[in-house]
Amino acid sequence: MKLLNLCLILLTTVSSPTIFASEINSGDTAWILTSTALVLLMTLPGLALFYGGLVRTKNVLSVLMQCFAIACIVSVLWVLYGYSLSFYGEGNFFGNGDALFLSNIARDGLSVGYATSIPESLFVIFQMTFAIITPALVVGAFAERMKFPAMCLFSALWLTLVYIPACHMVWGGGLLADWGVVDLAGGLVVHATCGVAALVVAMVLGPRKGFPGPSLVPHNRPMVVMGAAFLWVGWFGFNAGSAWTAGTDAGMAMLVTHISAAVGALTWMTAEWFKTGKPTVVGIATGMVAGLATITPASGTVGPQGALLIGFLAGSVCFYATQLIKGTLKIDDSLDVFPVHGVGGIMGILLLSFLGTKGILSVGSSGDFNPITQFIIQLKGVGVIVLWTVIFTWIAIKATSLITSLRVGEEDESEGLDLIEHNETGYQN
Amino acid sequence: MKLISAIIKPFKLEEVRQALIEFGVEGLTISEVKGFGRQKGHTELYRGAEYTIDTLPKIKLEILADDNDAPSIVDVISKSANTEKIGDGKIFITSVDDVIRIRTGETGGDAI
Repeated sequence: MKLLNLCLILLTTVSSPTIFASEINSGDTAWILTSTALVLLMTLPGLALFYGGLVRTKNVLSVLMQCFAIACIVSVLWVLYGYSLSFYGEGNFFGNGDALFLSNIARDGLSVGYATSIPESLFVIFQMTFAIITPALVVGAFAERMKFPAMCLFSALWLTLVYIPACHMVWGGGLLADWGVVDLAGGLVVHATCGVAALVVAMVLGPRKGFPGPSLVPHNRPMVVMGAAFLWVGWFGFNAGSAWTAGTDAGMAMLVTHISAAVGALTWMTAEWFKTGKPTVVGIATGMVAGLATITPASGTVGPQGALLIGFLAGSVCFYATQLIKGTLKIDDSLDVFPVHGVGGIMGILLLSFLGTKGILSVGSSGDFNPITQFIIQLKGVGVIVLWTVIFTWIAIKATSLITSLRVGEEDESEGLDLIEHNETGYQN
Repeated sequence: MKLISAIIKPFKLEEVRQALIEFGVEGLTISEVKGFGRQKGHTELYRGAEYTIDTLPKIKLEILADDNDAPSIVDVISKSANTEKIGDGKIFITSVDDVIRIRTGETGGDAI
């Protein structure tokens, strides 16, 4: 009996994470498979419906088309070079070409780095769904006026020049990873990049005809709510999937994600209620998205109380940021990508320094966690990503404009992109 | 009294409305209509097959005016709605027997 006990103790001791790490864990794998499907649902149909409802009748198909085409283009580019340049190699800004065409990915290969209990094939596609949604989020900035060929070219260039290096810098062992920047599910990689890019693109492209004016209102608000609901549910895969294991981290990530979404929605609704006299459905849905974007980088490190605060700040700060960008600065970031995603993502990145749980957040060479030190690291990370995104988004959009014209003509814009660009109409009547 | 009905291109509505307000028109009715003239309709695609939509969306404006004002209003619309391209639309002028403002019961010129 004593001998048996001793054996048990020995067995428990050796089955430490390092041993587990070299083999597939079916629980983790099942959860990341599920999360991958959830994150794709965020783009198709979630984001597509959310954006589709926010534009006018004559442009609904163009937005659905842009999201759909980006999903396909990015999938192919991710296989060709995106994954390799993001996750292979030790460069500061870009990885290397060791896995071009996914040539290195064996059927039974295990993922490396921080997700060692799942197949590499799964790591590739999970990351692919993040690469898909990020340029799709930028659609909100150029909706209702950009030509389709220009949109395809710009999105491909933008993925290459902005998303891939940002992904490598933060998640692929690049510069910001070395500094110890914490970004669980993409406050910088996804939301800061798409938000800042939205501002740059909106300014280069110029406002829609009639901006700012009363004629640019959402054509289908039920569609907006449907899309928002898909985003909320899909975000569980986005954040809790980024925990990489089907364990305690995933559970807490899902909990704080949900709390922040709910509080963000309520806060935005209330702010709007005070300001305009009525709570609106587009308002509550947008506040929910702001809450989700803001908790994203912090969802691996904050607890429920931190999530309440993050949701509150998301709903209020992003609401006022929206008023500022369109109302005061008169920039036609048409579907408010920067105030919701850019401001939210950056705010989450900075807040997590103070709201993070001690122990989980012990990063950097020393291993000791200090909120101020972490805040400075996070701030430097924001600086690099914002600067990089501004420069390379500008290069991507200018390069596109040298090859093909960016905007439809004035008359075509009034006619609507559905008919002009696709020879189809969203609604027959 | 005249009823001026103008069929115009939808994207010209804002310009025409502005021009009419500047002229001093105090009210107008706007409807979204469909129809065809020399411009005909447009083609759409369904899985590689082309099909024709026979009608195009247009905007119809209706304005009541004194006999004296009518020619100027027509002039304002013709100028502001013109793109010199096919499909700019038409203006119809019809005589009106009487007009009644429902709230006050005023009739004729007073009700415009």
